[in-house]
Amino acid sequence: MTAAARPKLGIFKFASCDGCQLTLLDCEDELLPVADRVEIADFREASSAVLDGPYDLALVEGSITTPGDAERIQAIRANARHLVTIGACATAGGIQALRNFADVREYTRVVYARPEYIRTVATSTAIGDHVPVDFELRGCPIQKGQLLEVITAFLGHRTPNVPTESVCVECKRRGTVCVLVARGTPCLGPVTQAGCGALCPSFDRGCYGCFGPQDSPNAPSLRGKLLELGMDPPAVHRIYRTFNANAPSFRAAAGATDVPAGGGP
Amino acid sequence: MTATPPTAIAPSGELLSVGSRHTLERSDFPRFLAALGTAGYRVVGPIVRDGAIVYGEIHQESDLPIGWTDRQEAGTYRLERRNDDALFGYAVGPQSWKKYLFPSRERLWTAHRTDGSFRVDAEPTDGPAFVFLGVRACELAAIAIQDRVFRSGGDPGYAARRARTLRVAVQCGVAGGTCFCASMGTGPAVGGDHDLALTELLGEGRHRFLVEVGSPAGASVLHSVPLRPASAPDLGAAGAVVARTSASMGRSMDLHQIRDLLVETPEHPRWASVAERCLSCANCTMACPTCFCHSTEEVPDLTGEHVERWRRWDSCFHSAFTELHGSPVRKSTPSRYRQWMTHKLATWYDQFDRSGCVGCGRCITWCPVGIDLTEEVAAIRAMPGVRTAAGGTGG
Repeated sequence: MTAAARPKLGIFKFASCDGCQLTLLDCEDELLPVADRVEIADFREASSAVLDGPYDLALVEGSITTPGDAERIQAIRANARHLVTIGACATAGGIQALRNFADVREYTRVVYARPEYIRTVATSTAIGDHVPVDFELRGCPIQKGQLLEVITAFLGHRTPNVPTESVCVECKRRGTVCVLVARGTPCLGPVTQAGCGALCPSFDRGCYGCFGPQDSPNAPSLRGKLLELGMDPPAVHRIYRTFNANAPSFRAAAGATDVPAGGGP
Repeated sequence: MTATPPTAIAPSGELLSVGSRHTLERSDFPRFLAALGTAGYRVVGPIVRDGAIVYGEIHQESDLPIGWTDRQEAGTYRLERRNDDALFGYAVGPQSWKKYLFPSRERLWTAHRTDGSFRVDAEPTDGPAFVFLGVRACELAAIAIQDRVFRSGGDPGYAARRARTLRVAVQCGVAGGTCFCASMGTGPAVGGDHDLALTELLGEGRHRFLVEVGSPAGASVLHSVPLRPASAPDLGAAGAVVARTSASMGRSMDLHQIRDLLVETPEHPRWASVAERCLSCANCTMACPTCFCHSTEEVPDLTGEHVERWRRWDSCFHSAFTELHGSPVRKSTPSRYRQWMTHKLATWYDQFDRSGCVGCGRCITWCPVGIDLTEEVAAIRAMPGVRTAAGGTGG
């Protein structure tokens, strides 16, 4: 790949907090080499300059929550050679997918003075529910090393090396003592995908599941352990109803217990 | 690394020959630690951190878990106070010595693009010489297994680290709730293959150690350490410690025809039943002191001009680890659990002429849902009729 024909990188935002695309700015030391290798064509958090597509690589943040967004993602897909979703919102619907288990019209009546101005859909869904996705990068937020790996991989025409193993493996590799076994702290590490470097257990807290389900999650088995550790069924329900609530296995793991109307996690 | 004089002699004038046994008073233990440092070693051993006894650097004796023990059961581990000031009064913790000899992440080489070609730089194999202080009998057996895999396998980094290491063993004074080394034949008595072996003696109001010299390198660090010839009562007391520990194992494994039992039962319903509990989280394999599975990966930089090859701990519990031609060969948790246990306890004999299990119990304690391989084997043994005529481990 020559400098004359640098691939175009576009970054697109849907319903989200911007934290994942800001991870790219957070790359600091690596940011200039990235800018050398790719033409950053659309990155509104960094620059107001916008270049037209088609894009060689589109990084998409956020979930689909409005009829307009559902159309916009189709246009982006049509204009992108490779499309990679970044973060829990784009990959599983995000925290806003809690609406999927509640009545959105009631929410809008409670929150907005003039709910009739709000154009929204009943669900928050992953980008992959709307268009084909070439790779899904997990995390709330994503981890910058993994983001650089994905960009490097697409530049090198290879599959990104992003393990789908459990958070436990990262605890063990870094020598963190298991908080679940040694302290009885409820932890989602065994059912959650690695990527964060096992951040929370290294600070003596259980995993919150920010990176979504690991490759082979066994939530029913972990549920038994969480109950044994003293969580009650509503607490087990709530621990799965966060950033990846709509990821299929976490959705199933939350179980039948429903959040009382108007009560979030 | 340390020169060994032809005959090592303790300050008392005692001859420190291999196999000789001596008594070290508790009050002289700091001098023993200091002697290890003076000999140029970096001492690593048991420390209390994050609610467990793990392995870390020992700078002075107060770094040791003085007066601590552990209570272990399937899926639980708790530190507890002892009613004495034992230095080694615990079973084994979550970590093993493999973190030093077979690090969880290790760079193997670096390659750089040059004019029309490329250059590979091997990773230097130099590094600190460690004393492993407090190696248990089961852990010596585990190191011997990993030696077979890596040293005999020609791994230069492992071989260099291992050659620099001095192993100070400790015969266990307590057995953990998940220990079963006695039934595996790997402990609790230290049976050779050590540089020094300590037995902590706490009885009769005197805190002391029996020290057995296991190698010339072990003898060479004892020059400046005040030792007395071991008395018959001290030798008897050390024997009693080991016998008591052996009799209080929390678990046991029946090894009778275990290879055939597991190899011939690939369709046993117990595999599906254990998979209902198994989290596929890989904690057992990470905690296991003999599990050696790893992945190697090339890590290129953004320019594509430089690439590093890294090795990291991996596990047969990951479906991606079983990937061939783009698809995992062991897609289901039953098949992966069966692969792990059958390899560890059965086909390991075919590969390495011994069991891959040393009976340390870590996979039982550190399984978040407390799956117990001794119980799984017993369950399969209880229904051995469920066999297939063909044998084989299946896919």
